[in-house]
Amino acid sequence: MNRRMVAFFVGSVLRIEAVLMILPLVVSFIYGEDEWIYIAAAAVISFLVGYLLSFKKPKNVSFYTREGIMAVALSWIFMSVFGAIPMWHAVSHIGFTDALFETISGFTTTGASILTEVESLPKGLLFWRSFTHWVGGMGVLVFMLAILPEASGENIYLMRAESPGPSVGKLVPRVKSTAKILYLIYIGITLSEMIALMVAGMPMYDAVVITFGTVGTGGFAVTNNGCAAYTALQQGIITFFMIVCGANFNVYFLVVARKFKAAFTSEEVLSYLSIYAAATLCVAINARNMFTGFGEALHHSFFNVASVMTTTGFSTTDFNTWPVFSRMMLLLCMFIGGCAGSTAGGIKVSRIVIGFKTIRKELQHLVHPRSVKILKFEGKPIEHSVLRGINVYFLTYILIFAVSILLVSLDGKDFTTTVTAVIATFNNIGPGLDMVGPMGNYSQFSAFAKYVLMFDMLAGRLELFPMLLIFMPMTFRRQK
Amino acid sequence: MKIIIVGCGKVGATLAEHLNQEGHDITIIDRHWEKLKYLSERIDVMGVEGNGASITTQREAGVQGADILIATTNSDELNLLCCLIAKKAGNCQTIARIRDPEYYNEMRYIRDELNLSLVINPEQAAAAEIARIIKFPSAMKVDTFARGRAELIKLNIPEGSQLDGLRLFDMESKLHCKVLICTVERGEELLIPHGDFALQAGDIVSFIAPHSVALAFFKAGGANISNSVRSIMLIGGGKMSYYVAKKLEETKISVKIIEQDFEKCQTLSEMLPHAVIINGDGTDKQLLDEEGIGVVDAVGNFTGIDEENILLSLYEKEMSKAKLLTKINRITFEEVIAGLDIGSIINPNSITSDNIVRFVRALNNSRGSNVETLYKIAQGRAEALEFRVRNESKVVGRPLMELKLKPNVIIACITKGNKVVIPNGQSVIEKDDLVVVVSVERGLNDLEDILA
Repeated sequence: MNRRMVAFFVGSVLRIEAVLMILPLVVSFIYGEDEWIYIAAAAVISFLVGYLLSFKKPKNVSFYTREGIMAVALSWIFMSVFGAIPMWHAVSHIGFTDALFETISGFTTTGASILTEVESLPKGLLFWRSFTHWVGGMGVLVFMLAILPEASGENIYLMRAESPGPSVGKLVPRVKSTAKILYLIYIGITLSEMIALMVAGMPMYDAVVITFGTVGTGGFAVTNNGCAAYTALQQGIITFFMIVCGANFNVYFLVVARKFKAAFTSEEVLSYLSIYAAATLCVAINARNMFTGFGEALHHSFFNVASVMTTTGFSTTDFNTWPVFSRMMLLLCMFIGGCAGSTAGGIKVSRIVIGFKTIRKELQHLVHPRSVKILKFEGKPIEHSVLRGINVYFLTYILIFAVSILLVSLDGKDFTTTVTAVIATFNNIGPGLDMVGPMGNYSQFSAFAKYVLMFDMLAGRLELFPMLLIFMPMTFRRQK
Repeated sequence: MKIIIVGCGKVGATLAEHLNQEGHDITIIDRHWEKLKYLSERIDVMGVEGNGASITTQREAGVQGADILIATTNSDELNLLCCLIAKKAGNCQTIARIRDPEYYNEMRYIRDELNLSLVINPEQAAAAEIARIIKFPSAMKVDTFARGRAELIKLNIPEGSQLDGLRLFDMESKLHCKVLICTVERGEELLIPHGDFALQAGDIVSFIAPHSVALAFFKAGGANISNSVRSIMLIGGGKMSYYVAKKLEETKISVKIIEQDFEKCQTLSEMLPHAVIINGDGTDKQLLDEEGIGVVDAVGNFTGIDEENILLSLYEKEMSKAKLLTKINRITFEEVIAGLDIGSIINPNSITSDNIVRFVRALNNSRGSNVETLYKIAQGRAEALEFRVRNESKVVGRPLMELKLKPNVIIACITKGNKVVIPNGQSVIEKDDLVVVVSVERGLNDLEDILA
């Protein structure tokens, strides 16, 4: 591995993080809070470290898959460590582990919190907490590619390692332009939601922070009871934008490029919407007795199913008290997650759809042993290597899942809490059930369990393999 | 510009790499997914899988908004069809690679009727280059500027030549002719020499001169770098040998072709009545001796196998003083081959891609930039660019010595009407002149870019 080149990229990411911290700093100043000093200190430290790592571009610029994956994995870890500094110092009762947990939860757009009480926290700090969602949603390395002066061909490795989904393609020939387009779409959606929420009467600060949580599909709120305090219209707007951000961003590119036919026949997005509609209906019917009427049941079902399926993790009501079937339905949606190429987590709709097609093909093969069938997705044959990648993904997913549950269970919490805590962090959702339900939080876990969950969050966000490669000594070996 | 390349073979890949470096947006179409994947991981291009002649695939690759489509698949017919469809679907410029001599002879008709912008034949283009090199047998490479009036010549200075140890400002008094040495490759280094620079044996120099001056320079340079070719032996009777022989038919040079396959020999003999066709194995030492490998003035090793060509050249280097031409299809080990000192290396694929890159630059030209022609020197580390002076720019109307140039940029040659001038400090650039600039810097797009 070309360590200098990886260090160079990690350094550049830290420098960008330092610049991004100026925004919460400004917010902190506006509200006249004393905690600005911690944010400023964090910005200065991460800039200095970033500068030390990247002030000179290394002579040997060889950069391949191995380097790309490591640059992404290490960038995310370092970014979280430095991003945790403000919270670590500004909030008196939490230690470094808790601050790191909160920051990783932010960057990976999980939204799992260890804070029992958020309303009294400084506004600048809460702004930074939610802003990490926005940065982590589309990916900080993609952002770097968009603004870096001249990207070479190898940079597709970076993008592929950071973007969710089984196969990452480019929208236009150049990586730099692709990254730019993605961020423009992302910024467009962000601004639309902010404006919509403000028009619907939400205070500006709430509108901005909730928007970061929605478009990054993160889920940090600024009130103790999530989104329950907002009006039905405001909740409706949030629901809409959660769904928008859980869909494949390629579709928006196609719409902008006026390729409407391709955009509206996208197999993945149609499957995603059908799953969402079916799940919403089932939950609404099952849980109708919890509410005053079917209309209200449908409203809450719309919001909460969208929230878990897009792995956002906002809540309007404590779905922990819903009937068992509804809760199981929500759990199922947690696993499915959003589309590839979105800001959402989970297994991804495309993998689920291709998985089902594989099962059908194998069943057909049992009936007609000599049958030949080429699987297609989005109207195109699926390459063998993509299929293999998906199968290995499923296996790895189950493996990490099982080991994590085992490790977290050492804490001795009850069955539902243990299992759903892993589900909710691994799929980047946030709230699980019981103790970690929408009204609960993760503060009761031991430090060890928190580190396991942090690993799960990072593994879930970065598509499993980058985080596993860190543990392979083979990766770090010098090539020449 | 947006460019679509159909076919991801050696030419397609080389083209994608070069055009990408020049800042164009490249989309590649190929049937094979693995090839696309491999290429798009190495360079920043987008791949589209499918048949390049299918309108669906072309639309997916964005033919509607494309500026140029280049078809470089293995099949001539497919290339023509790709261009034809792209022209109708996207109204873009089209470039096709056509290799079959049968079509190539009718190229003018096909090009005009199918509205192609450029037709390129790798073997024919290589043959043209070989014909140029044969005029200066001691040159490694010859390119032309100013529509053929000036030449860019690459030369390896041999031991015991007059040039060995010559300081550049003594050149005019000692050799009675003046050429401008643009670049010197010494070992790994690439230098742009000054007046007090002394040449050494083993240096590879590139210089620009009008044809007559270049001839005089070779004569003055000493006996072992000036001799003319009267006979040439070509080993391997493929397309390349055919085009070279055809090209040399009108000259007095006698051509001998050695080919293993009897039927091929018959066809060649039918098409090339003046050439001597020998049916035999080109790697047979005895046959080579018998046919006079020691006495011919030039040998072209044009078999289909690179390794065989290199081995033949190494053997011939020992056996004779003939000018060696070696065809190499793969350019992966360029540095190693350059170190073998086996005369001129002919790579039809890179000649093709250079030609297309040149065409694309010239097309860019009509959109504001000024480059007429472009050659790469020293494996692309330096460029020689020809500009047409169109408007009143800052460089016009002032003696050159008053201009403050960037370091590592020289003005190598100015063509005024039909006259080629090697410039000195008093020379003045005027409107409508053709100016050749040699630069180590990449991406000069306008003549004014040379100013510091």
